[in-house]
Amino acid sequence: MEKSLNWREYVITRLIKASGYSAILFVALIFLFLLKEGLPALGEVSLSKLLTTRWYPIENYFGILPLITGTLVVTLGAALIAIPFGLGAAIFIAEVAPRWLRELLKPLVELLGGLPSVVLGFLGILVLSPSLRLLLNLPTGLTALAGSLLLGAIAIPTIVSIAEDALDAVPKSYREGALAIGATAWQTIWRVILPAARSGVLTAVMLGIGRALGETMAVMMVTGNAPVMATRWNSLFMPARTMTATIAAEMGEVANGSVHYHVLFLIGLVLFLISLAVNVTASTVVFRQKKRAERILS
Amino acid sequence: MFILVWLVLSAIIWRMKRAAICLLAIVFLVSCSSPAGQPVSSTQPGVIIQNKGSDTMVNLALAWAERYQQVNPQVNLSVTGGGSGTGIAALINGTVDIANASRQIKPEELDEAKTKGIDPVEHVVARDAIAVIVNPENPVSQLTLQQISDIYSGKITNWKEAGGQDRPIVCLSRETNSGTHVYFLETVLRLGDKKNKTLFSTETLLLPSSEGIINEIRLNPNAIGYDGLGYVPKDLKVIAISKKAGESYILPSITTVNDNTYPIARDLYMYTAGQPQGAVAAYLEWILSKDAQDIVAQLGFVPVK
Repeated sequence: MEKSLNWREYVITRLIKASGYSAILFVALIFLFLLKEGLPALGEVSLSKLLTTRWYPIENYFGILPLITGTLVVTLGAALIAIPFGLGAAIFIAEVAPRWLRELLKPLVELLGGLPSVVLGFLGILVLSPSLRLLLNLPTGLTALAGSLLLGAIAIPTIVSIAEDALDAVPKSYREGALAIGATAWQTIWRVILPAARSGVLTAVMLGIGRALGETMAVMMVTGNAPVMATRWNSLFMPARTMTATIAAEMGEVANGSVHYHVLFLIGLVLFLISLAVNVTASTVVFRQKKRAERILS
Repeated sequence: MFILVWLVLSAIIWRMKRAAICLLAIVFLVSCSSPAGQPVSSTQPGVIIQNKGSDTMVNLALAWAERYQQVNPQVNLSVTGGGSGTGIAALINGTVDIANASRQIKPEELDEAKTKGIDPVEHVVARDAIAVIVNPENPVSQLTLQQISDIYSGKITNWKEAGGQDRPIVCLSRETNSGTHVYFLETVLRLGDKKNKTLFSTETLLLPSSEGIINEIRLNPNAIGYDGLGYVPKDLKVIAISKKAGESYILPSITTVNDNTYPIARDLYMYTAGQPQGAVAAYLEWILSKDAQDIVAQLGFVPVK
C-alpha cells in the first residue's frame, strides 16, 4: 500500500517537474532557433549597414533602426495609456466598487480581453484614425498614436484582470489594520494594499506590456507602416513601422534562406531580447525592493 | 453535368498577403461529364489543369475557370493564388501546368528553369492599368509622371505645389512584396529608367492591402494612392496622367491602355512549361476568345484583343 503510494508520488512529482522545466526548454529552443536563423544576417549584412535609417529590403537597404524606434514609440505610448487606466480600473474593481458592480465589471473586462485584435484593428481604421486626423489636425490618422491607443486597449484587460487578482489576494487584516490606525481609504490603498500586492501588480504590467510589444495585426492596420525614424518630438503623431508588423508583412513572400529572410529573423531576435530585458529589469526591481522591505521588518 | 464549387474565401475583408495564399482562393472546380441523374462517370476521366500564381490575377483566373467548365466540362481546373513568384516557382518545380504572373519572368528564374530542363513560354492574356487615385474632395485631377515621381519620392510634400490646396500630401503604397509596388517603383518613380535609383520616401505609408489604401483615400483628402484599375471603386477620383509636361493628360480606360497612350499599364501573363499541348493549349486559345476576354473587361482589366 505504502509502496504504491510512494510510486505514484514519484511519478506525479516527476511529471510536475517535467512540465516546469519544459517551459524553460521551449523558451531556450525558440531562442536557439532565432539565433540559428537570425545570426547569419550579421555575416551577410554588416552591422554598420543594419544600424542605418533606411528600411527598403527589396533594394537591399536593411537599416533596422526605424523599426526599433517605431516599436519603442508605439509600445511606450501604449504603456502610458494602459498602466494608469489598467491599474486604476483594477483598484476600483478590487477596493472601491460595491460587490454587485464588481461581479459585473470583472467578467466584462475579461470579455474585452477576449476580443480578437483584428476586430479592434477594424475599429481603429474606420473610427479611431479618421477621428484622430480631424481632432488633432494631422495629415493622416494612421499614426503611432492610433497604434498606441489600440495597444493600450488590448493591454488593459490583461493588466486589470491580473492586478485585480493580486490586490484581492492581499489579506483582509492588512486593510483592517490600516483603517484601524486611522488611515483614509486612499492611504490604505496607496500605502498598504498596493505595495503588498506589488509583485502581482508588476506581473500584470509586464504581461500587459508584453502583449503590446508583441501585438501585430492591429498595429499593422493602423500605424501606417512607414519606416520613419521615430526620434522627433512629434513622432507619436506620425506614421511608424513596428518590428512585428514588418515581420508579419514581409515574411510571407520572402525567399527561404535569403538575406532578407535572415534579417527578418534577426529582427525577431532583437524583439525577443527587448522583451527579455524588460522582464529581467522589472523582476530585479521587485526582488531588490522585497529584500529591503524584509530587512526593515526583521 | 454538375459542377462542384468549393469556394474558400477569407471571411474577413481585410485580406492579408499571407492569408491570401492559403485562403483567398482555393477553388476546386470539379465537373463531370455525365448527364444529370446519372452517377459520376468514371469511364471519362477529366483532364485536370493546375493553375497558380499572381494575386492580382486570381479573380480573373477563377472567373475564366468557372466559365470554361461550362463550355468544356471534360476539363477540371484548379486555381490558386499566392503571388507571381509562387506561381513561377511551382511551374519550375513541375507542380502546375499554368503559372499566372503580373510581371515578366526574371532572368534568375529563367536560369533556374533551364537547369531543370523547363522552357517557360510566355502568353499575354490580359492587361492591367494602374490608376492613381485621390479623394474626390481633392481639386487636383491631372498630374505628369514626373510630378507623381516627385510626390512619392518626397520632393513635393504639399498639394499646392501640384496645383491643389494647401494640404500636406500623404502617400499610400502597397507593401514592398507586392508586384504592383515593384511595377510602380520602376515605371513611375524611376520613370522606366533602369539607372535611376529613386526610392519611395520613407514617409510613404505601406499598407498591406488594396482595401486599406482605398479606405484611407475615401476618408482622407490629403491622401494619394495607386491600385489596379479593376479594384478602384467609383466614388474615388482617378487622376489623368501625362508622360511629359505639355503632353495631353490621359485617363485610364480600355481604349487608352490598348493604344498605349495611358503610361502606367502592364501586361498580365500566363506561363507554360514549353509550348502548350492538348487541353492546356485549348484552354489558352479559349482565353483569347471573345467570350473569355469579355470576362476580362467585366472584372475591370483590359482585354488584349
